Formats: sequence, structure tokens, C-alpha cells
Amino acid sequence: MSKHSVSPEIDRLISLLAKLPGLGPRSARRAALALLKKPEALMKPLALAMGDAAENISTCSTCGNVDASNPCNICATPTRDNTTICVVQDVSDLWAMERAGAFRGQYHVLGGTLSALDGVRPEDLNIANLIRRAGEGRVAEVILAMNATVDGQTTAHYITDHLETTGVKVSRLAHGVPVGGELDYLDDGTITAAMKSRRPF
Amino acid sequence: MDWSADGYILSSRKHGETSAIIEVFTREKGRHPGLVRGGTGRRMRPVLQPGNRVTVDWHGRLEEHLGYYTLEAIDSRSAELMDDRLSLAGLNALCIMTRDLLPEREAYPPLHDVFSIVVSQLDNPDVWPALYVRWEAGLLAALGYGLDLSTCAATGGSENLTHVSPRSGRAVCTEAAAPYGDKMLRLPGFMRGEGQATPEDIWDGLRLTGYFLETRVQWEVNRTLPEARATMIERLTSEGFAANPQ
Repeated sequence: MSKHSVSPEIDRLISLLAKLPGLGPRSARRAALALLKKPEALMKPLALAMGDAAENISTCSTCGNVDASNPCNICATPTRDNTTICVVQDVSDLWAMERAGAFRGQYHVLGGTLSALDGVRPEDLNIANLIRRAGEGRVAEVILAMNATVDGQTTAHYITDHLETTGVKVSRLAHGVPVGGELDYLDDGTITAAMKSRRPF
Repeated sequence: MDWSADGYILSSRKHGETSAIIEVFTREKGRHPGLVRGGTGRRMRPVLQPGNRVTVDWHGRLEEHLGYYTLEAIDSRSAELMDDRLSLAGLNALCIMTRDLLPEREAYPPLHDVFSIVVSQLDNPDVWPALYVRWEAGLLAALGYGLDLSTCAATGGSENLTHVSPRSGRAVCTEAAAPYGDKMLRLPGFMRGEGQATPEDIWDGLRLTGYFLETRVQWEVNRTLPEARATMIERLTSEGFAANPQ
């Protein structure tokens, strides 16, 4: 868009919105227009919410989750099982686990996976803190909920090696047929993994 | 400009929000990059794992362009190897060494053939470490720094070749190597097609090829060997498939 046809304030808003995932310059312009059309109902509350989040949200020093308190709400909840830690790659994975409601223990967010390609080394991830937590004595099991990718599993093996000295039980999520999945549509790798992980029925 | 080939995925890197830039190792075109539209999606992500064999169609206006791939999986080797830490370490090292050391868009058919054999044997730890060492020796040869293991550099004989000169890359017999002590690199017999590889031989073989890859290939470009190789050696050692003879 020409710099002359739009005020610098709107132009800045559009260029910032365009940096968000899923938004390009065109959709950023649409989003900016939608905000400008509803300044009281949408734009100001959004600005306020964003300001609040930027001011108050921090990373939990225990698990690496993001929350308004430190330690985070999950770590601070006494009713959660603190003998089990579920290791996830990112906060989005933690949220996915929480949405499923299948786990009532504590989490540990690594902040990524080891990657030779991208030069991500163990010291770049939140691994040392995990090993320290696992060695504290009360932890009985560490569940590795890593992605079923080469990098994800390389990271899982690395963590397993380093947890051996702590003596805690290490398990990982099953790999295989998703709920609602039809074999005909599954890729070969998933079918192979499912066949390997079969269990008595 | 279009071509089709079978190859192995070496790496995949996210590009933009939905695409991926991948590198494929093919027999006819060597290590070749290309863009995969939708490469980060649910359907393509499992296919684009390192070590998987795929059929690719490459399209580009000019040969030197990045171009884009459409591809189909042939087999999902990575999924078969993921559970085993040693196999996975071998797969990582193999793919990353190929990607880091081999020039782009140059065909190396014999090297590709050995690569293919190593990948197929990665679930057999009694076999693949020796194959991997042979593959690295092939990599050196492909890059123009092949080891000459046929005759002794000092005597010209072909018997009792137990060492390699770090200066010339040529084999040296035990008698000629003796005065130089530890300065010579040990030559395991399996690299000359003699006998089975012991864990000590694997260690010696990796040290031998590693030395020349580091000093002849990587030194030129001011780089060291990828960490994935050191991780693989560490894993081979901890599981008893490689052993430092000293």
C-alpha cells in the first residue's frame, strides 16, 4: 500500500499484524480495518489485553510454561500429581495435553528439540533443569511426549540417557493409529510404528 | 526444466508458514535442494523425515534455480529406526555428513549406492558400523581425497598393511610404520576386505576416515565434522560396537 494513502499509525499497525503467523500483508490489512471499524468493542480491549499479557506473563522457572504467576498455575496446584512429569517440546504441546485432560501430573517444557540442522544443542534447551527436577527424589516417572520425528526422538533418547542415573521410570507416548484414523489413509511410517507398538487385546 | 528420480531425504527445513525446503540425495542428481509446497502440513511432514526414500519430480525454470518438488514416499525408514537410539544416531550421522560434506547438484552414483545399503542395514548393528566406515572412505574418494590402501607407500609391497600415513593417505606396512609409532593411523583389515570388523576395527576405521575428512575436506572450509558423527561414535562405544584399542 502506498505510504501516502495511509497514515503512519495505520501503516505501522498493518506491518506489525503482518508479522503474526497466518497473516500476510493482505490479511493484515483486513484485520487492521476490522479493528478500526470497532475501536471500542475490539481495538481498545485488544490493546489492553495485549498490554496486560506483555506486562504480566512470564516463563515459569520450574517447568518453562508461560503464565501470569511464577511458579505457574499448574506447578502451584497442590492437587496435581507431582510424582509424574510429562516432557513436551513447546507450550503449545502443553496446552494440547491440557485440552485433552488426560494427564493430571506436572509438565516440563523443553523449548524445542535437538537439531543438528538448526544447530540446537542440549544447552539451548531446558534439559539440565529437567534432570535436576527428576533427581529431586519425589519424581517416580518421566513421560516423554515428544513429536514422532527424527529430531523429536533423538531428543527423547538423549533425555533417556541422562535420566538413567536418576533411576526414575521413563516412558513415552505411543505411536500409531489415531482415533478415527483409517488404515487406508495412513502413511507407511505410522502403520509400521503402530504394528511395532501393538499390544494384547 | 523437469526431472524425476528416487532419492533419500537428507534434511527438511520449514520455509514460510506452510512450505519446506528439503534436500534429497539422488543417484542421478546428487544432493539436490528444492521447495515442497505444503511441506509442513500433516500429510507431508511424516514423509519428509531424514532417511525416508521418496520419488521426486523436480520443476524449475533454470537448472540452477531452487525449484520445487512434488514427491511421494517409497518407504518410511525413519519410522522403522526411531525407537532404536543406535540406529537413529547412525541415520542422523549418515544424513548430516552427506548434507554437510557433499557438494550440491553433483552426482555420485557409487556413493549413493553405498548410502542406500547403509540405510537398509541400520537396524543391524553388527553390520552397519563397518558399512558406514566404508561409506566414509567412499566419501573421501568421491571428494578427491581417496585413500590408497593397495600397496605400501614405503616398500611398494601389498602384504601386512596395518597403517596409513596421515600425510599421504597411503597404506604403510607394519615394519615401515614401526619407527613412527603413534603418528601413523591404524588401518583395520576390513577396509581392505580382510576379515570381520571388531569393535576396535570400527574405532580405528572411524578415526582414520574422520582424520582425513577433517583435515582434507573440512579444514579447507574452516569447519569441523558435524556433531552428529561424534554422537554416533559415542553411542557405538557405549553399546560396545566400537572400542578404543588404547
